[in-house]
Amino acid sequence: MKAFVRQKGLVAPLDRANVDTDLIIPKQFLKSIKRTGFGPNLFDELRYLDEGYPGQDCSNRPINPEFVLNQLRYEGASVLLARKNFGCGSSREHAPWALEDFGFRVIIAPSFADIFFNNAFKNGLLLIQLDEATVDRLFDAVEQTPGYRLDVDLIAQKIMTPEGEAIEFEVDPFRKYCLENGLDDIGLTLTDNSHAIREFETRHRASQPWLFRGEAANQA
Amino acid sequence: MAGQTLYDKLWASHLVSSRDDGTSLIYIDRHLLHEVTSPQAFEGLRLADRRPWRIDANIATADHNVPTSLKERSAGIAGIEDNVSRIQVQTLDDNTTSFGIETFGINDVRQGIVHIIGPEQGATLPGMTVVCGDSHTATHGAFGALAHGIGTSEVEHVLATQCLIQRKMKNMQVRVEGQLGLHVTAKDIVLAIIGEIGTAGGTGYAIEFAGSAIRDLSMEGRMTICNMAIEAGARVGLVAVDDTTINYVKGRPFAPTPEQWDAAVESWRSLVSDDDAAFDKVVTLDAAAIEPQVSWGTSPEMVVGIHGSVPDPAAAEDETTRRGLGRALEYMGLHAGQKITDIRLDRVFIGSCTNARIEDLRAAAAVVKGREVAGSIKQAMVVPGSGLVKRQAEQEGLDQVFIDAGFEWREAGCSMCLAMNADKLGAGEHCASTSNRNFEGRQGYGGRTHLVSPAMAAAAAVTGHFVDVREFVDTPVPTKRAAGL
Ligand code: SF4
Repeated sequence: MKAFVRQKGLVAPLDRANVDTDLIIPKQFLKSIKRTGFGPNLFDELRYLDEGYPGQDCSNRPINPEFVLNQLRYEGASVLLARKNFGCGSSREHAPWALEDFGFRVIIAPSFADIFFNNAFKNGLLLIQLDEATVDRLFDAVEQTPGYRLDVDLIAQKIMTPEGEAIEFEVDPFRKYCLENGLDDIGLTLTDNSHAIREFETRHRASQPWLFRGEAANQA
Repeated sequence: MAGQTLYDKLWASHLVSSRDDGTSLIYIDRHLLHEVTSPQAFEGLRLADRRPWRIDANIATADHNVPTSLKERSAGIAGIEDNVSRIQVQTLDDNTTSFGIETFGINDVRQGIVHIIGPEQGATLPGMTVVCGDSHTATHGAFGALAHGIGTSEVEHVLATQCLIQRKMKNMQVRVEGQLGLHVTAKDIVLAIIGEIGTAGGTGYAIEFAGSAIRDLSMEGRMTICNMAIEAGARVGLVAVDDTTINYVKGRPFAPTPEQWDAAVESWRSLVSDDDAAFDKVVTLDAAAIEPQVSWGTSPEMVVGIHGSVPDPAAAEDETTRRGLGRALEYMGLHAGQKITDIRLDRVFIGSCTNARIEDLRAAAAVVKGREVAGSIKQAMVVPGSGLVKRQAEQEGLDQVFIDAGFEWREAGCSMCLAMNADKLGAGEHCASTSNRNFEGRQGYGGRTHLVSPAMAAAAAVTGHFVDVREFVDTPVPTKRAAGL
């Protein structure tokens, strides 16, 4: 998982409440053997005017010019500004995979669905919950200011606006620790236990060498 | 202090560290991979720029998706007609090639169902921890190995760290004492156990199968039993090590070298539960009382002896059970009180990681020999569990016995056990199957699965309905020659 410490990113506003995971990534794309490559199909039904299917070349599809992510001014956005209950619906991890693959690292909303919230942090996304009034203000600012960027600092738990305002946010200390160090389950096991695993392995190999084909081959 | 169970010993000997939250890190000796649950795990590794912790612990093969017809198989991966399946199989091949993981490709004679080829190659050894992204990994517990089925994120975790995060389970012992009747097999034992304790009876436990009837089984029979531990709710099934275990392992390609052998055997001898070991739960069955079993419903616990009949939901103790039985009967197209021997069959499947080893094929062939598949059976197929099982069977002439009787003789794979490839039941069709799950739709949309032993499946193929194989094999074979006279 990619670490997140601080990032200044272009903000794209998705002015719609209750965005569900079906909307984030429709079910036909779950057949994939991958967990990357979902980016072109992020918000597939909103982004394109036709029905998408897996494995298709999306570059020739008719796009919906109304949809925010199709507008030139938001190209390259890495901060998604959203409305309440973002990520509701199924537990598909494909939803955070798609958001991350598209290029988002931060999602700001008044509230998030539970499962999505967990899944997102596991996949290197920083989810920031702010009160409705602040979110409203940010929506206004983004729409009025082309090239509106927010400087998101996880360590300080602060968002700096272009106007120089500092907006503080909460984050669970354990999630913060994992995210700033880029640690998932695997990352944690490796950080906390690499040494213990290696020591165990050395003892294990000495007492039961037949379990290790590599060494048997070297001895031969 | 009470002694240790076999499970306690295996756990202790692989414990790397314990964490504050009650979980532990367990070191994994062998990791088996297949095409369905590994692609996202490999991709995860790549994205995080990680390498597998220990390449030589991993062995891969494609089994779930592979076609079993010679026509498709002869062209290798490119010959797989179904696009999604082909991509999945190709992906496994690409991944294992790029990471340098030993793989038995689809036309390698060593290819087969992961749970068959691990033991066959000696890649499953007593005292090991074995994992695979598949719930039937418990099979390997027959060797006195601690074997877990795991999910895709755990596959990635094991690849990257050589460890699994686990909580210790409770200990259950299932004792099967006495002597099995003639033509009653390991499959009948395990179905009877599941019928007794239920599909959740083993939840949270590691089950050790013990008792004289288990000791008397071959390694293949013990694998059949451990294979279905998960159908009793237990992620882990175990059998203690004895001479049968050690003799089976000796000389296999991945077994200890001759120089290592004596030390290995000495260490394996301790892989038994201590006499004074404490089990949290003990269940005892009388082997002599076990009849050939047939499942009639949509859960492996819905099983009866061949002379039994379909239960009456009205007699159920509570409303939940009553509704469950009623729904199963409806799905299966059976009625309360219907005799098992009256169930007409459409297809017969002999295969799967439960029953596709050489002894299974021999048992089925012994029943079929000189007989013919009943005219009412649309399809009867034998799918060997591995390329090596297939070759062995052909050397013994079993393929010809099956083909002469009207069976199809296929290439190795999971096949109709889960119908991910082209081998499927049609809606409403009844199938006598040697596999392990009779869930709704498992063998094809609307398909009706009856779990039985290979000998019982073979007898059913010949008669077109279920029949007690014990009565059946004792009647003279009405050979084609005799019929022609
Ligand atoms: S044979 Fe059936 S149960 Fe066994 S691994 Fe294959 S699909 Fe799973």
